[in-house]
Amino acid sequence: MDTKGILIAGVGGQGILLASDILCRVMMAADLDVKKSEVHGMAQRGGCVTSHVRYGQKVYSPIARKNDVDILVSFEKMDTLRYLYFLKPEGTIIINTEELYPPAVNLGDAVYPEDIIESVRQLFGIVKVVDATGLAVRAGNIRAVNTVLLGTLSSCLPLPLEIWETVLKNTFLPKLLEANLKAFQLGRAV
Amino acid sequence: MKELLSGNEAIARGAYECGVRFAAGYPGTPSTEIMEAFATYEGVYAEWAPNEKVAMEVGIGAALAGARVMVVMKHVGVNVAADPLFTVSYTGINGALVVVSADDPSLHSSQNEQDNRNYAKFMKIPMLEPSDSQEAKEFIKIAFEISERFDTPVFLRSTTRVSHSKSVVTLEAPKTMEDRTAIRCNAEKYVMVPMNARKRRVEVEKRMRLLEAFAENFPENRMEINDPEVGIITAGMSYHYAKDVFPDYSYVKLGMVHPLPVGLIREFASRVRKLYALEELDPFIEEQVRALGIEVTGKAIFPYTNEFNPGIVEQAIIGHDKILRTLPERQLPLRPPNLCPGCPHRGLFYVLGRLKVFISGDIGCYTLSFMKPLDALHSCICMGASIGMAHGMSKALGEKGRGKVVGVIGDSTFLHSGMTPLLNMAYNHSDALIVICDNLTTAMTGMQEHPATGFTLQGEKTMGVDLAKLVRALGIKSVRLVDPYDLKKTRTVLKEELAKPGPSVVISRRACVLFKREKLSPGKPLRVDPEKCTGCRLCLGLGCPPIAWKKLVGPSGDQKKKGEKQQGIAVIDLNICSGCGLCRQLCKSDAIVEQI
Repeated sequence: MDTKGILIAGVGGQGILLASDILCRVMMAADLDVKKSEVHGMAQRGGCVTSHVRYGQKVYSPIARKNDVDILVSFEKMDTLRYLYFLKPEGTIIINTEELYPPAVNLGDAVYPEDIIESVRQLFGIVKVVDATGLAVRAGNIRAVNTVLLGTLSSCLPLPLEIWETVLKNTFLPKLLEANLKAFQLGRAV
Repeated sequence: MKELLSGNEAIARGAYECGVRFAAGYPGTPSTEIMEAFATYEGVYAEWAPNEKVAMEVGIGAALAGARVMVVMKHVGVNVAADPLFTVSYTGINGALVVVSADDPSLHSSQNEQDNRNYAKFMKIPMLEPSDSQEAKEFIKIAFEISERFDTPVFLRSTTRVSHSKSVVTLEAPKTMEDRTAIRCNAEKYVMVPMNARKRRVEVEKRMRLLEAFAENFPENRMEINDPEVGIITAGMSYHYAKDVFPDYSYVKLGMVHPLPVGLIREFASRVRKLYALEELDPFIEEQVRALGIEVTGKAIFPYTNEFNPGIVEQAIIGHDKILRTLPERQLPLRPPNLCPGCPHRGLFYVLGRLKVFISGDIGCYTLSFMKPLDALHSCICMGASIGMAHGMSKALGEKGRGKVVGVIGDSTFLHSGMTPLLNMAYNHSDALIVICDNLTTAMTGMQEHPATGFTLQGEKTMGVDLAKLVRALGIKSVRLVDPYDLKKTRTVLKEELAKPGPSVVISRRACVLFKREKLSPGKPLRVDPEKCTGCRLCLGLGCPPIAWKKLVGPSGDQKKKGEKQQGIAVIDLNICSGCGLCRQLCKSDAIVEQI
């Protein structure tokens, strides 16, 4: 099996790093080699956060090059556009519809683009649009946005559901587990 | 057992597995998690020192007593610790001493991207460089073995990409080492006066020759002969980038980057047709290979600046990317990091930015105040520099600088290296104002303890130094305390202190809004009453993430328009508003109100 790549991107505070940790543990449980890479620090303060996850029989680089990622999971609508160049032409995109305005947009110096989903659909064949915040609220925890999106991601990967559920059970505290399992199922059904 | 560990966690684990029970450091991205992870292991002693030099000296003392010691810092921390390190290279260390330097190519969270491999050569200290988490765990163990065998401090160099990537690591049972600590005096070896140091200097060269021989047969300096057309000498993460795109080329993968295995490199060069030295930042390997009279290509094609990735390596060697498709270019609004909603620095820097003064800054979250719209920080060089620079600038300006120069420094940074320059200000009749932005923690790196927090790294209760008393003890007579959530009072106090002759210190105190121990809840989220908002944009000057500007256009906007001039209204995102109330203090039309 060649090395495959998933890129999770969004804004600091959205739970991206936990999502990629869970994804890595799922790959480990599936007996695959896996590496992930992100940069902490300044990025946490409302800046862009990306986490590369690469898996296969033997993984060298933890980060992908251009045209090399199989699935892009974007936690923020506009930021999807920042990372399209990483995707393979036949790649899959999962887009959360949440809009988080960067400072220039807040100040009225820049405009938040309106045609994001249409323009992404013109370029890529498989685009899954998810109202992750809405589904997280339905699941009973607004912070479970990351688990919703992992659920959607799981529907794009050929891995048994039990592995995902076992890893989720090992990750979340009992009081948070129910909402997160629900969030995962809602995301998976998208 | 297999576990997914970051490079940093793996370094901590490796140290623990090989019997290390003593570590000291100062937090700094990308190194911080090493100490945090190590501190949680059973039976270890781990401390945050006030700065890297102190951490190093603590480590040297423990090693001289016979302990195996790890000292941890980011790359620029080694500058601070360089003084003791240069000389402990002469004395040797009795126990074992490994210095972890976490470098930051691409300056993800640093003021420079210095290549600390140069220190290894400069200080005549061997250096290992792991390329992933498994190696990080193994190499720290090897580093301790080398330290013991050759009576030398050893560097373990990581980079951000190794420290902060996670990969699969096989865990082993921790070893318990016999206690070898004891008081042993050996003045000739450890008292570095000229007559002793001259003798030790000779020993350093002998040790380097032994280490050069060791490097030749060191199994982690590995030759992989595949396609003899191209050979790449590399180390660290660059090895994986290259293997990812060129799995069939030949490699020398160096586990030890100083000293280099000269014989191995010569042999490799003779077995491949085209030789590359692949390394981020400085041509450290390349220059040494060329000095051997071997033809090698390095910085002629690989960049000097920033970290690499597989695409950069591929592009440099074959001349182009593997471009499958080019996407349309699109300009997007940038998303720079910002002070958090409710950040106590925002109020302080909002006021400072409007005082028309030069603001000499320092290292911390508040450094972000240099950006628009706060525009309230005008220099930042290194930890602690704000105070000395403010004093120097004030002296150079003389009368022109009266009441015009402010130095700002965080609480942790002040305790790191702000005390001596403040003493200097008192001593040399300074006229500048220093503001200590006291958020009760080391916020930037993720809430680490320091000598004013009342807790140690391992969670033990301890003294917490009283910053106001400390500042007075350093000779500053005018010391005031303000709450940066109170804009008016903060402004009044700052103006009064700027007007006074002589040095003053204002402590702007409020806990970091993310600091869980303080259980802060600044207030309830606020909202903008659209009927009252006049669109004056004053609140937007705070650069607070939840406050956005909404243009009044279209039918509904036209109806709402109250005055001819009003172009839009402010809106507050209630999901991220902390309720700190700064915007409410600025609003002249009482348009910012509590949620209904």
